Amino acid sequence: MSQPSQQDEIVAEQASLKQQAAAGIEPVIEAKGLSQGQIVRKRFLGHSGAIVGLIVFAIIFIMAFTAVGYAGIPGWWRYGHEDVSPLVNDGAPTASLWPLAWGEHPFGQDRIGRDLFAMTMRGAQQSITIMLVIGLIAGLIGVVVGALSGYFRGWMEAILMRLTDVIIIVPALLLAAVMAQFAGRRDEGSWFATFASSNGVLALGIFLGLISWVGLARLMRGEFLSLREREFVDAARISGASNARIIFKHILPNAVGVLIVNVTLTMSAAILTETALSYLGVGVKSPDTSLGLLISQNQEAFATRPWLFWFPGLFIVLICLSINFIGDGLRDAFDPRQKKFNAKKARAAGGSPAAEKTPVTAIDGGTVGGNAAGEHRGA
Amino acid sequence: MVTYIVRRLVTAALILLGASFLVYLLTAASGDPLAEFRASSQPNKQQLMDSRSALLDLDTPAPLRYFKWLGGAAKCLVPFAGSCDLGKNIAGQPITDALGHALVQTLTLVTGAAVLAILVGITLGIITALRQYSTLDYGVTFMAFLFFSLPIFWVAVLLKEFGAIGFNDFLRNPQIPLPLAIGIGVVFGLVAMVVAGGDTKRRVLTGGIVFAVVTAVLIYFSVTQWFKTPGLGPVVIAIAGVGLAFAVTLLTAGLRNRKALQSALIAVCVGVVAYFLIQPLLNQATFLMIVLLAVATVLVGMAIGYLVGGYDRGQSMRAAAITSVLLGFLVLLDRFMQAWPAYFNNGRVRGRPIATIGAGTPNIEGDFWVLGLDSFTHLILPTTALILISLAGYTRFTRASMLEIMNMDYIRTARAKGVSERTVVMRHAFRNALIPVATIVAFDIGGLIGGAVITETVFSVRGMGFLFLDGILHVDPNPVMGVFICVAITAMVFNLIADLAYSALDPRVRVKA
Repeated sequence: MSQPSQQDEIVAEQASLKQQAAAGIEPVIEAKGLSQGQIVRKRFLGHSGAIVGLIVFAIIFIMAFTAVGYAGIPGWWRYGHEDVSPLVNDGAPTASLWPLAWGEHPFGQDRIGRDLFAMTMRGAQQSITIMLVIGLIAGLIGVVVGALSGYFRGWMEAILMRLTDVIIIVPALLLAAVMAQFAGRRDEGSWFATFASSNGVLALGIFLGLISWVGLARLMRGEFLSLREREFVDAARISGASNARIIFKHILPNAVGVLIVNVTLTMSAAILTETALSYLGVGVKSPDTSLGLLISQNQEAFATRPWLFWFPGLFIVLICLSINFIGDGLRDAFDPRQKKFNAKKARAAGGSPAAEKTPVTAIDGGTVGGNAAGEHRGA
Repeated sequence: MVTYIVRRLVTAALILLGASFLVYLLTAASGDPLAEFRASSQPNKQQLMDSRSALLDLDTPAPLRYFKWLGGAAKCLVPFAGSCDLGKNIAGQPITDALGHALVQTLTLVTGAAVLAILVGITLGIITALRQYSTLDYGVTFMAFLFFSLPIFWVAVLLKEFGAIGFNDFLRNPQIPLPLAIGIGVVFGLVAMVVAGGDTKRRVLTGGIVFAVVTAVLIYFSVTQWFKTPGLGPVVIAIAGVGLAFAVTLLTAGLRNRKALQSALIAVCVGVVAYFLIQPLLNQATFLMIVLLAVATVLVGMAIGYLVGGYDRGQSMRAAAITSVLLGFLVLLDRFMQAWPAYFNNGRVRGRPIATIGAGTPNIEGDFWVLGLDSFTHLILPTTALILISLAGYTRFTRASMLEIMNMDYIRTARAKGVSERTVVMRHAFRNALIPVATIVAFDIGGLIGGAVITETVFSVRGMGFLFLDGILHVDPNPVMGVFICVAITAMVFNLIADLAYSALDPRVRVKA
């Protein structure tokens, strides 16, 4: 992580951009005076996969939170996830593409007549809630631990990193089982048990968040280790900035790209963790529902009622896939090496096939290379 | 270097102590081991509760029990003493025995999946990096994201439904209707069109040929009921062998090296002759014999390469040896296929070969080949599920690594001095791109031993993950601790190996002494 002069690198990069404007590599016009945020936003909006992912996720999010209602607010769908109604057409899905119709029970019903659309929406709601809670908590703790150990080094780093090492090898499954056990003890009356039994999903999210910050903390530490040696940090220190100011105003904004990308990826992994734990019986418990629990409850019925199995699985895949695409788009947007490449323009410009292999920057950025390697370790 | 390793090991031991204490307390706190008796109405309820309390030593507080356990576990550090004591599980079985069984089950399950996922993932990653921004690249990237987002329990249930039940139904009457055969042919043709590089004419031609061949083969299979009595036969082995010889030579030495091509082709001839010679021998096969034959195959291949020679003996030897191994694999495959009818009609299998649960048919009897097929039919579904979800990571990582290497200055230098594209890719780029991949592989191998909890649960394989989950559900700390210790130690050792391997492979990276 000792890139000697990243300033030179950026100068070199901008110079090479002007030369290589041809051959399909669209230069991001940084001379126009766009701010960092504007550049990132522009790149992100140009990433079609990420935009599709964002739209799909937004649709699922709105549907999940408005259909069956949230936190006491009633939703627009006529059934709740616990309501039992008489079986229509033996519970088969009534939705059809041609003619486009919604029907009485678009996703079908289970054996006792609960509406699968309502249950799936409720499950998606729970999964998204858990995902957001995990992202928030893991992000916060990860940043604080990573920043403190990377910036102050010394005994602080030693203690925090050994703590990270311990937590990283304790299996999540065990922690979730302990958590589920506490949530089950309604009668004991401790404040934690009361909270957990009334907000099972939130408690699960908080608990998983408390253990999934470790990968992020390691990454942030790496970022801080390399950024604290840079000239602008020295400049800030000489002009009398306090440690807190250097951390939050000078270093953190430079590490925010790595942070956002990896929080996104942590969240997409979290949704799979939650569904897997619910599937194993230590996550969300009945009578509440989650996507993993729905699959677990209905896997024996695959031969007779396959729709009970298809729709929750489809939603898990859709949510996770859209988050992954958003993360990919963010990574491209924050990666300074990444130049938007348009294959058609390269061909139109008469560029040789070698054009796409032309390196855009002279040297690869140390921080970004470290990010790619470290990220896999985190995963 | 030694200081570094010693320091890492000491830190690891301390972390292990802390984490194992935590895990023990958490397991002990995760529930009430007597819960099943409290709710029961048996007359000897109190007696049962007492005996379990005595077995689990529940009168001692959990932190003290941890130190008792640690005392027993410390004896494992004495080598060859055989006094290893990790306690007993709730059924009274010593944990060391349970761990031994579980380890075998887990390793048979995950090894094949890991090896295949790594091979396929790296290959796909390299190809997509070389064809960046092609249809193939976009297709593989999308598949990688999709597989990355699949919950494994969902995939596993789908596989059980279509891979096992559906395929077994198909095997009862293996007829492929003509439209289906054409449909499958079209799919393969389209894939071949995307995979084949070059201009439109070449792509269409490749796609058309693949479509015709696949459709014809499927119709042939359907007419001759091939799936009831599968087999390759010497002719197919010879044709495939020649193809393999060309492919291997292309990759290892380049087709311009005629001596290498000759040695590979000679290896194919020898292999086809050997096919007839060793059939009687293979009828009494044992595992040891197969291993010895494999070694012999490699040696014969290298001997052929050595005798043919050429200006670069090493290349000829490599080409011939790799070709012989692949050919030997085909011969083995053919022999397994010959045993298929015997397995299919076995009294225990009764015509439904692909199993959905377990790691083997109970009480099955048969020779080496039938037992091998039995393991195969039990492993294929969980292995497929594991490959699907772990493929994506390797593909993406190799692709990123390869792209970075292809932009390096030394690659441009190699091209500039006129090295052929094959040598640039195979010699200069591929080897360097594998360095970061090697460390990831080391990490993952370290994690393998923990098993796949969900896959083992869905397919009822009683491996490490199953032992762990079972221990948690019964609030039984000893199996949980046993699995945890094994997993944590291997993970830490492989982490260390990964770091050391990185600095050994890439001299620019030094370990801090």
